[in-house]
Amino acid sequence: MAGSDVTAQAATAPDTVKILVAGGFGVGKTTMVGSVSEIVPLRTEEPLTVAGLGVDDLDGIEEKKATTVALDFGRITISRELVLYLFGTPGQQRFWFMWNDLAIGALGAVVLVDVRRPESSFAAIDFFERRRIPFVVGVNGFHGEHPYPAEDIREALALPEHVRVLLCDARDRESCRDVLIALIDQLIAAAVRAD
Amino acid sequence: MSVPAREVGGDDSAGRLVRPFTLTGGRTRPSRADFTLITTLMAVDPPPVRAPRPQPEQLRILRRCARPIAVAELAAHLDLPVSVVVIMLCDLLEAGLITAHPPHPVSARTPDLDLLQKVRDGLGRL
Ligand SMILES: Nc1nc2c(ncn2[C@@H]2O[C@H](COP(=O)(O)OP(=O)(O)OP(=O)(O)O)[C@@H](O)[C@H]2O)c(=O)[nH]1
Ligand SMILES: [Mg+2]
Repeated sequence: MAGSDVTAQAATAPDTVKILVAGGFGVGKTTMVGSVSEIVPLRTEEPLTVAGLGVDDLDGIEEKKATTVALDFGRITISRELVLYLFGTPGQQRFWFMWNDLAIGALGAVVLVDVRRPESSFAAIDFFERRRIPFVVGVNGFHGEHPYPAEDIREALALPEHVRVLLCDARDRESCRDVLIALIDQLIAAAVRAD
Repeated sequence: MSVPAREVGGDDSAGRLVRPFTLTGGRTRPSRADFTLITTLMAVDPPPVRAPRPQPEQLRILRRCARPIAVAELAAHLDLPVSVVVIMLCDLLEAGLITAHPPHPVSARTPDLDLLQKVRDGLGRL
């Protein structure tokens, strides 16, 4: 029946993929997600019991029975069949165990670096390198200023050649879009190399 | 209301075991592992005649699932933790009231060039 075909098509669930936006505390992850998302970034709060935390993560919360970890994300509809989600990873170190779950099935990641304190994103870079999850580095030049060229940042972060480093502004939609495109281009280049 | 609640009558525990699951590959109980943050949900419309009557909380979910929606989005809209929503989704899936569409599989070993190109093109249009 033609009529039911149309209904079935309209009702087909799209395929989904995700990219993580990671980096140290307060580097502009949520801002970047909001800049490129077609929806106002959404947020969920996950209750965590102390039992769910590793032994090293107990600092400062041992008195409390439970705490919550916030997760924010945005959406970019690529086509009727494909939707891209962007997840801002929790910046606080003690919530990093969540990154493992988030990283499963991700296309890759953007590691945002605050140009004034790049060391705050060292651990994030380490995380993706160890797990061989592809990433690009976006250098967020708070106040739109970029005092260092991308190559200096690459050196300071000891990044291998194939990892792209982009100067960006987390508040600017086009700038953030270009960082995402650089990640996909890097993935495509790697896929072609592997062929 | 997008879900005709009056059609969702009847309580039968026997019928539940034979309802097909789209996601669980014949297992009798959906598990939390069947739902990732970006698993896409849709209410089954019309709902199966013999499905158990949804609880008010379930009806809220079903209404949100009238159009495809990801687990994370649903949780954010309901202002509930994902872990709580997933428990309710297991019940709804088992009752045949929703379908769950898993994310596009991503493998580092065998990258999907076609998929990457689609994402690239979509971002280019932003
Ligand atoms: N001037 C300026 N402010 C920025 C920029 N990016 C982010 N901010 C501000 O910096 C603060 C932190 O930004 P967020 O986007 O919340 O950072 P985050 O990485 O999500 O932070 P956590 O999730 O807490 O780790 C906010 O007040 C932002 O408005 C930027 O490029 N320039
Ligand atoms: Mg944030």
